[in-house]
Amino acid sequence: MYKLSIDNLNELFALIGQDSKVYAPIERAGQVEFFLWSVEEKVRLDALNTVKSAKGFFFPQTEVLYKTKLEGKKIEIEAAEDAEEPTVYFGVRACDVKSFDVLDKVFLSEPVDSYYAAKRKHGTIVSMACSKPADTCFCGLFGIDATSPAGDVVTWIVGDTLYWDSKTEKGEALTVKVKELLVDADDVEVKKQQTEVKEMIAKAPLHDLSLEGFGGDALDELFNSPKWEALSSACLGCGTCTFVCPTCQCYDIRDYDSGHGVQKFRCWDSCMYSDFTMMAHGNNRTTQLQRFRQRFMHKLVYFPANNDGDFSCVGCGRCLQKCPQSLNIVKVIKALGGKKND
Amino acid sequence: MQKLRDEIVAKCKALLEDGTVDRVIGWEKGLFDYDCSPATFTKENIDELVYNEYCGSNLSKYLVKESKAEGNVAVLLKPCDTYSLNELLLEHRVKKEKIFVLGIPCGGMKDEKGELLMKCNTCKGNEHKIADEVMDSDLTVPEARDRFELVEKLDGMTPEERFAFWQGELSKCIRCNACRNVCPACTCLKCVFDNHASGIDSKANADSFEEKMFHIIRAFHVAGRCTDCGECSRVCPQGIPLHLFNRKYIKEINELYGEYQAGETEDSRPPLANFTKEDAEPSVIYEKGRD
Repeated sequence: MYKLSIDNLNELFALIGQDSKVYAPIERAGQVEFFLWSVEEKVRLDALNTVKSAKGFFFPQTEVLYKTKLEGKKIEIEAAEDAEEPTVYFGVRACDVKSFDVLDKVFLSEPVDSYYAAKRKHGTIVSMACSKPADTCFCGLFGIDATSPAGDVVTWIVGDTLYWDSKTEKGEALTVKVKELLVDADDVEVKKQQTEVKEMIAKAPLHDLSLEGFGGDALDELFNSPKWEALSSACLGCGTCTFVCPTCQCYDIRDYDSGHGVQKFRCWDSCMYSDFTMMAHGNNRTTQLQRFRQRFMHKLVYFPANNDGDFSCVGCGRCLQKCPQSLNIVKVIKALGGKKND
Repeated sequence: MQKLRDEIVAKCKALLEDGTVDRVIGWEKGLFDYDCSPATFTKENIDELVYNEYCGSNLSKYLVKESKAEGNVAVLLKPCDTYSLNELLLEHRVKKEKIFVLGIPCGGMKDEKGELLMKCNTCKGNEHKIADEVMDSDLTVPEARDRFELVEKLDGMTPEERFAFWQGELSKCIRCNACRNVCPACTCLKCVFDNHASGIDSKANADSFEEKMFHIIRAFHVAGRCTDCGECSRVCPQGIPLHLFNRKYIKEINELYGEYQAGETEDSRPPLANFTKEDAEPSVIYEKGRD
């Protein structure tokens, strides 16, 4: 394990930035998101969750797939910009790192999504352990340890010191690159922080949720539950939950008419929207109850049914914080799992 | 507030018992103390209704849906929420005969951090503009600041500064449509931005022009109808002060056509939907002066 003073963070980013792009949690106009780092930006490693999750690294909100250009009867097809540039994603929390596992199952299983795969391949993830979880956090429910995230390099901030531990080949390579800024360290302070934070998590308001009764086997029973009506009745049908969610991975593919050709692009879509999965025959989900049910059934039933029992929620708590009417997956888990809201 | 809450529940029970209404729209407790959700109650679960300082959401828009459902409904409206209902009545979006409005007093609503909601800083006052009955209480709304303060600050900027301000704010937009979907003035059955056949539907901002276009078009569409309820800014996951667009238009309308508060009454003539020969010609005023 190594360490460096957090006063040297800009030097660290600059050094990494010599031959890679660096993304970090950065504050702009009062909100913290992952943005491309430059020395003028205000890095906010103290912010727990960015508004949007880290999924946009590999699955951006909009992405041009290819462009066509029409000249007379000649059509030229131009491939999308390649994503071969090495990129370092700094300060990703344990929940967001875990979300990459969920997204990998979707985008890297056959047929592999080459756009996602290219960005994933050239990305190095520097994760950051949580020192102050929020009331809305419940990553422990999905077996995530917020004090010991996955990632190519794992970091902890204790006081003014950043601890650095590489975990993979990519992480080793990055460590070698920034070695001049790092000094050897033991893990005493890190261990101490981990113990303290684990105690905090054990006392957190959502520490005792249970997923008993969810999963592929419960499909019919949960789908037909009469509770969906009350659970969904206040839903506005906006896309906030899906767009801030690290594991929501649905997208739409559209043509953008550029006047003399077409840009084929894809963008995030939301199962909360009325035209989601619109087909020639119309739409197979015509009420907000159906759309609301779809989102949670996907995370808690359909996804585990198709992915060895893994749920597609990582407990980041963004939907708890951001839903305009405070509807969220925890309420669904409590209501349908038989644990009453108290 | 617990006493007021108990009285509200007792009143709702009476309305449900005597058959005045079949359902009540109010708020239920969330996971924490600060995240109450709108909810529909019947005789069976009316005891779960809560009313506290975390009931900031405006329930009036749910009446559009409720008007189409069977039976009658009681709705809990804070003073500011009643403006929205008047506007919905004016536009024939809800059926008053199916609705019992229970006016509830408000002492200012808070966000999850316990701070007064942005919309409550410029409160419209204690008076319910429409109600079948108003609950009695000694709660009183917070003192209001001038609502045009920030608009004037923006007006005072150079065009470049103002553009930079809005560019910074609107580039945060994730096109979740929460502002549109929560807005009591946005009640089109199918929004043009959702309609594939319109040719301008968009699920994503293609460029920075589109980021701004969506919000400017939306604010234009509700100009003269927006009651300034502040829900758009309350729900924005990115904290974009969207209400400032609406207030800019309200300020302009006030200047051009005289003071007008949308939702003040249920039978007013909104200035932009009303023609008089004395109407101002904005282009003439802004180019040549008022006289």
